[in-house]
Amino acid sequence: MNNITNPLKGVDQAFIYIIGFSLALLTFITILMIVFVFKYRRSKNPHPSDIRGNWILETVWTVIPTIIALSMFYIGWSSYLGLRDVPPGAIEIEVYAQQFSWIVVYPTGKEVENEIVVPKGKPVKINLTSEDVLHSLFIPTFRVKVDAVKGMSSYVWFYPDKEGEYMFHCTEYCGIGHSEMNGTLRVVPEADYEKWLEEE
Amino acid sequence: MTESDSFFETPSPTKYKGIWSWLITMDHKRIALMYLFVILFWFFGALILGLLIRTELMSVGRTIMGAQTYNALFTLHGVIMIFLFIIPAIPAIFGNFLLPIQIGADDVFFPKLNLLSWYLYILGSLFAVSSLFFGGPPDTGWTFYVPFSVSTKTNVSATLTAAFILGMSSMLTGLNFITTIHRMRAKGMRWLQIPLFTWSLYATAWVQLLATPILSITLLLVLFERIFAIGLFDASKGGDPILYQHLFWMYSHPAVYIMILPGMGVISEIIPVFSRKSIFGYKAIVASSMAIAIAGSLVWAHHMFTSGMSDVAVFVFSLLTFIVAIPSAVKVFSWISTMYKGSILMTPPLLFSLGFIYLFSVGGLTGLVLGSAGTDIHVHDTHFVVAHFHFVMFGGTGFAFFAALHFWWPKIFGRMYDFKKAYVAATMIIVGFIFHYLPMFILGIMGLPRRYYDYMPKFETGNMLAGIGGYILIAGIALMFFNLFASFKNKRDAEADPWGGTTLEWTVPSPPPLHNFIAPPEIKDYPYDFSDVIKKFKAESTG
Repeated sequence: MNNITNPLKGVDQAFIYIIGFSLALLTFITILMIVFVFKYRRSKNPHPSDIRGNWILETVWTVIPTIIALSMFYIGWSSYLGLRDVPPGAIEIEVYAQQFSWIVVYPTGKEVENEIVVPKGKPVKINLTSEDVLHSLFIPTFRVKVDAVKGMSSYVWFYPDKEGEYMFHCTEYCGIGHSEMNGTLRVVPEADYEKWLEEE
Repeated sequence: MTESDSFFETPSPTKYKGIWSWLITMDHKRIALMYLFVILFWFFGALILGLLIRTELMSVGRTIMGAQTYNALFTLHGVIMIFLFIIPAIPAIFGNFLLPIQIGADDVFFPKLNLLSWYLYILGSLFAVSSLFFGGPPDTGWTFYVPFSVSTKTNVSATLTAAFILGMSSMLTGLNFITTIHRMRAKGMRWLQIPLFTWSLYATAWVQLLATPILSITLLLVLFERIFAIGLFDASKGGDPILYQHLFWMYSHPAVYIMILPGMGVISEIIPVFSRKSIFGYKAIVASSMAIAIAGSLVWAHHMFTSGMSDVAVFVFSLLTFIVAIPSAVKVFSWISTMYKGSILMTPPLLFSLGFIYLFSVGGLTGLVLGSAGTDIHVHDTHFVVAHFHFVMFGGTGFAFFAALHFWWPKIFGRMYDFKKAYVAATMIIVGFIFHYLPMFILGIMGLPRRYYDYMPKFETGNMLAGIGGYILIAGIALMFFNLFASFKNKRDAEADPWGGTTLEWTVPSPPPLHNFIAPPEIKDYPYDFSDVIKKFKAESTG
């Protein structure tokens, strides 16, 4: 199973790429703006120039941002594909969302509420649907999120390569208990997982 | 020109006096002021709701209200801010007042329809608050997502009706503006001589006219669902809940451009005036307004990357979203280049405009994080989104609204306000704004969902900071309006052209007379030619 790349890496790279470029551009714009306001203030520069445009400059600042934007699109899209392509051999777990809890059903038939336990080092696919209104399953640690819709099945997959305890939340507003609709995701060694599955 | 000739002293129709000279007026300027009055009322109301929400979130657990109240408050805050403030604010107030004057016209094409729009606005706003007293305020969020909006017991129907009526008001204003621009331009004003603020209203008006009916119909469908349960959005009856989201965003994303385009128009007027220099790339700004209006109508499903729609749809809508970012970037570059080698005079409207450019850029750039499919999945429906759209809508449109107030205040009321207090207020607003919304980006990336009544302790610091920023922000806004209103004590002695503007509204007296122009206006070949302004001020300083 070592040939699986964790899709969250791609997502994080996309974050860094987009936010990095944006910060650079924002800094540039802001500095330019402040410099102009001081340098060309009326007391120092009483005679403005009459410049109405410059088509070369305008073309350049249309084309270059277009290229940058398309590169951002591409990186974002590739990282999205990583989140969608489930590797073979993933453990499949069924999750039913309802106001206001998560019912988690394992292949063995084991059913728990607000708790997902998975073995370390195996890809996990969660099939999601809703029993009532819209909900959305969000596991921040693995950068995944998908809506739960009644009458429709959606999925997320993630690769738990580290042991630990993480939170998952409902992120589609669903009523008075929305912010309490949380659960715990535990990533445990494979042996512990098998043992846990056997438990009543 | 004597004081008694202004539109304040000459009602239209002339036979009515007192309150009736306002309530049944046909004068676009009086209608604009009636909008100003009611829109500010709702704006202040929704600001207080927003502050209550953030106060609740300042600490873990219950702070000042229960979950149901919280849910109702964020719904009302959203509904009021969007339908009663941001959408109508700049077009209905400044558009109504200035559009006819900027194109050298006497009034809008349909003055009676204009008045009807105002009454529809009032009717809609009454419906929006009626739910407070009958059946309980809605708790769905301003998006009214099904099936929750169909099944909840609160009075969603009243709010849906309100949004329907407000949509009618918005459409009629759009229709009026389009017709006015096509039919009533002064002799000699060709399309590329129209000021950029009017251009932005033109682009906006088309979106209002074409997109709003979709929302109206969609809201009717939800009403039908609530009353007759026909199952359009119910999967167990063969319907589709995702269909609702498509229909909703088909209006509501273009609506974002209804909100921001007029703000961009305001900034395109202010920057040249205080740089005493032509706008850089007039044609590019016109083209980008139209491009935003068109391309902005094709990106709606980028709100739905996690909805379970197909990956092909995600691909298309993500790509188009990046394309629509370009014309906005072009505008920002044009504004900054306008200042290059200008003769810049700092004034309150310019300070607000610079605030706009900075905050809107942050909002626009963080929009790229949301437009990119992979990163959107993580931050969708978290506080990151809340921060993003407040940067665009409040840092953008809100700041443009404040800038417009300070820019056209002497024109509308004939009175100048105190600059020092305006600067203090603007600084407080900008600092408070950044403290208020910047932590939300971080909270969102950390994984705090939006519309959460309560949260885990690790999110408390950010929420506390945001709350403190919120109080600074509101104090700044209070000071700003106090300062503007205090100007009513001053003499009505503002000049026709206090700043040195080139567009037609600066050629008429402040406040303008009933019929706007005493003599037919002289149309410049190029609307942003400052050579006369420079000559005039040079003559004044030497003579």
